[in-house]
Amino acid sequence: MGFYVVQCLSGLAQASSLFLVAAGLSIIFGVTRIVNFAHGSFYMVGAYIAVTLAERWAGGFGFWGAVAIAAFGTGLLGVVLEMLVLRRLYRSPELFQLLATFGVVLIVQDAALAIWGPEDLLGPRAPGLEGVVRILGRPFPKYELLLIALGPLVLGLLWLLFNRTRWGTLVRAATQDREMTAALGINQTWLFTSVLFLGSLLAGLGGALQIPREAVNLHMDINIVVEAFVVVVVGGMGSVGGAFLAAVLIGQLQAFGILIFPQITLVIVFLFMAVVLVVRPHGLLGRPQALARAAGNQQEPLLRPATPAGRLVGAALLAVLALLPALAGDYALTVLTEILILTLFAASLHFIMGPGGMISFGHAAYFGLGAYGAGLLVKHFAAGMLPGLVAAPLLAAGGALLFGWFCVRLSGVYLAMLTLAFAQITWSVAFQWQAVTGGDNGILGVWPDGWASPRWVFYYLTLACCAGGVLMLRRIIFSPFGYALRAGRDSPLRADAVGIDVRRIQWLAFTLAGTFAGLGGGLYAYAKGSVFPNLMAIPRSVDALVMVLLGGVQTLTGPVVGAAVFHTLNTEMVRHTEYWRLLLGVSIIVLVLVFPMGIAGAFRRRERAA
Amino acid sequence: MQGLKRTFRAAVASAALSLTALSAGAAEPVRIGEINSYTGLPAFTIPYRQGWELAVEEINDKGGVLGGRMLEVISRDDAGKPDDAVRVANELVSNEKVDILAGTYFSHIGLAVSDYALRSKKVFVAAEPLTDAITWDKGNRYTFRLRPSTYMQAAMLVDRAAALPAKRWATVAPNYEYGQSAVAVFKQLLKAKRPDVEFVGEQWPAQGKIDAGSTVQALAASQPEAIFNVTFGPDLAKFVREGTTRGVFDGVSVVSLLTGEPEYLDPLKGEAPDGWIVTGYPWDQIDTPAHKAFLDAYQARFKDYPRLGSIVGYTTFKAIAAAVDKAGSTDSEKVADAFKGLKVESPFGGIEFRAIDHQATMGAYVGSIAVKDGKGAMTDWAYSDGADYLPSDEVVLKRRPQ
Repeated sequence: MGFYVVQCLSGLAQASSLFLVAAGLSIIFGVTRIVNFAHGSFYMVGAYIAVTLAERWAGGFGFWGAVAIAAFGTGLLGVVLEMLVLRRLYRSPELFQLLATFGVVLIVQDAALAIWGPEDLLGPRAPGLEGVVRILGRPFPKYELLLIALGPLVLGLLWLLFNRTRWGTLVRAATQDREMTAALGINQTWLFTSVLFLGSLLAGLGGALQIPREAVNLHMDINIVVEAFVVVVVGGMGSVGGAFLAAVLIGQLQAFGILIFPQITLVIVFLFMAVVLVVRPHGLLGRPQALARAAGNQQEPLLRPATPAGRLVGAALLAVLALLPALAGDYALTVLTEILILTLFAASLHFIMGPGGMISFGHAAYFGLGAYGAGLLVKHFAAGMLPGLVAAPLLAAGGALLFGWFCVRLSGVYLAMLTLAFAQITWSVAFQWQAVTGGDNGILGVWPDGWASPRWVFYYLTLACCAGGVLMLRRIIFSPFGYALRAGRDSPLRADAVGIDVRRIQWLAFTLAGTFAGLGGGLYAYAKGSVFPNLMAIPRSVDALVMVLLGGVQTLTGPVVGAAVFHTLNTEMVRHTEYWRLLLGVSIIVLVLVFPMGIAGAFRRRERAA
Repeated sequence: MQGLKRTFRAAVASAALSLTALSAGAAEPVRIGEINSYTGLPAFTIPYRQGWELAVEEINDKGGVLGGRMLEVISRDDAGKPDDAVRVANELVSNEKVDILAGTYFSHIGLAVSDYALRSKKVFVAAEPLTDAITWDKGNRYTFRLRPSTYMQAAMLVDRAAALPAKRWATVAPNYEYGQSAVAVFKQLLKAKRPDVEFVGEQWPAQGKIDAGSTVQALAASQPEAIFNVTFGPDLAKFVREGTTRGVFDGVSVVSLLTGEPEYLDPLKGEAPDGWIVTGYPWDQIDTPAHKAFLDAYQARFKDYPRLGSIVGYTTFKAIAAAVDKAGSTDSEKVADAFKGLKVESPFGGIEFRAIDHQATMGAYVGSIAVKDGKGAMTDWAYSDGADYLPSDEVVLKRRPQ
């Protein structure tokens, strides 16, 4: 009995830590609609500041003073981020701010390394709370009891703040209708700044409170941010109470799950999220998202087929690409091959994000399934490249067909997070199913057949597949199916009224996108010679998002431009400097500020203005 | 921009060296392409890089290889991704025209590069990856590995584990190939030596995300007399703190992989777990002449003490130089042949790259942890020669594709 009580308390302590971080994220998203990837970075910065100060000032005041200053300092960082970057992006397409926060993640990673060094920092324990208390005869750390109490306390304070103060009322008003709030004379800019302050402060506090429990390290940001998102979404976006409930449930599931099935640690959180979202499409306590009336959500611009001039440019580009093998060296051809593949990958994501209006945080699943389709044939049947390239889109299509059926029942960020959950589940299968997939040691020896092994042959093969794929996606967008898809995005009700089965169209589109991503994945496997689970891991999905957003989600050339720019930046910076993350992050932020509609989006706008 | 400065400094140094080399009438340098997770795992890869920098300087100061050709290293970051590593390897081979590839830390990255090495017929010296697959199941003609493998390190610990009175064992390991094979080898070898032991509990926390409170509690619930730990890094710190606070390790023997390596032990400072039996590297206590020479040179050069990675980086490049000299050429086939059975002097003593599986016989130090002057140190340690902890040739031949 005592054991179960203590195990439950351990779960609660974990839940509290998670809740503090998630609460901040939930508040930021609820009010500003910004998907803030940098939240984990603030958490990490909070922990680093706290550990530095607590080391310097010994004693009770020192420790708690360090925690307080760390939280406050992190809050200020959030203010800086809002004022310098995010403020300029509220009019951009949905999710565009995500790009900027991704840039911040990269910058903070290098900055933290430069400031605090590579070694993990083990901080002091909380003074007075080092020991244990006996609960039903079992020892339990005092500090964890404090954490358990802190969760509900913060929840209560936030409730009071949002429901009993004028500031809270204004923030809630701005959440629901930004224009009306502005019309009533409220300066919402400062409102948003203060929300970023509060949210980042909570992230920093969460990080600072971890120092008695873990060594502060450079991977804390990535390790927390995904789980914090899960908590926010499972609880219901913008619902702080929901986030608390979700954190408690996840903490308990982990604490007791490992008793029954210790191997489940990788996937338990995502399984839970998938189940919750399938059963409750708006999370545990979330309400259907009221369409926020805001300046940012203007109507999507119309997509038009290419003008004769546009076609000419496209043909010229293809001609240049076809001539390149004569000029480019071996390595340049490799990078070009990769860019072509990533273009197809980005275009397939754009297909559901742009015309389809369905955001995916887990598109890498289909890229990876494609790669595994090819790899598994090689590993288990010693098959050649052509069967592999057929199997790749087929396996990806199968996955997309299955997962898509669930995903299209949701919308917005819920849909995005469900795709993420499925991607993580697929990833963990590839990661853990040693006998079939080779686990994290992957599948080796996936090289092209003899006739295709010269680089230029493989390049032409890739060019044919990827250019063909991109053109086909484009063709589909301007087919009746594509128009139906866009109708479903712009007005589901009206589309339904004219007899379009919106869900079925979306499901098909999702499957198509998965298929093309899978083809890209298959080609990638042969380009690299090996397949690893990281092909379907979160960073790859984020890369795809970054490419699409960077290029401009509201244009058709966006993914092409985005993939080329992002991959070129990435590979070149890695070659020339150790601080490539810093430079890449800064470049992304600059690009975002200069092209707030995406690179291709900006050119289109200029064209129209001219 | 430390990185830029470093590249610049290296460029100046190599330019100066090649000038002297030219005046001596010597040929162009031997180019080595080096790949590692410098941004992903700086705590391990920076000492490693310092190690190989020292080796390269020593080799070039003594006139290089092949009677006067300097070693030139082109180093790249793999961003922690196997597919990036393959691209970088390709860049090094086709653009930079390197003769030999070396490096990598993560097992899957090591495997990806080894497969690329096989395809492009370049010798690849895998410095740090631990997975057994790299020399056994996925071994190939061109790939050689320096560091003692998961199997070897687990086998070294089994020696001490078998001597413990404990019969009830529990295991805790990160949930991926490294953790899984370490636990599998440990179980198999311990059972062979001590048929009376039983394994009563296991925990598989996600790497980097251990829920330490629940995990130690769950381990304790199986009432083990001894625990075999494979977690490392930040997970280890959490595990140790929660376990110590809750008294889970009281009266329980713990045997732990890698925990004695300075990379993992030093961040624990005064909270290093007393009495744990570990593999590691007691850098400040080894007084063999070979190690002393290395230690002095390293400290003079970097004003820092070496970690295990420094030894690995240093020895990897000494081995490459020795192989090239033995081959009398930079031709891949000749270097690959030269590596087979190559004997090299390392700071740990003489080692040999076995002809049968391309695994070096470098060993590790096995001892117990004790806290001295507010930090952890290894006591009661002894060097376990890697050659003594490899399975029979029969077993190796069965696992390695011929």
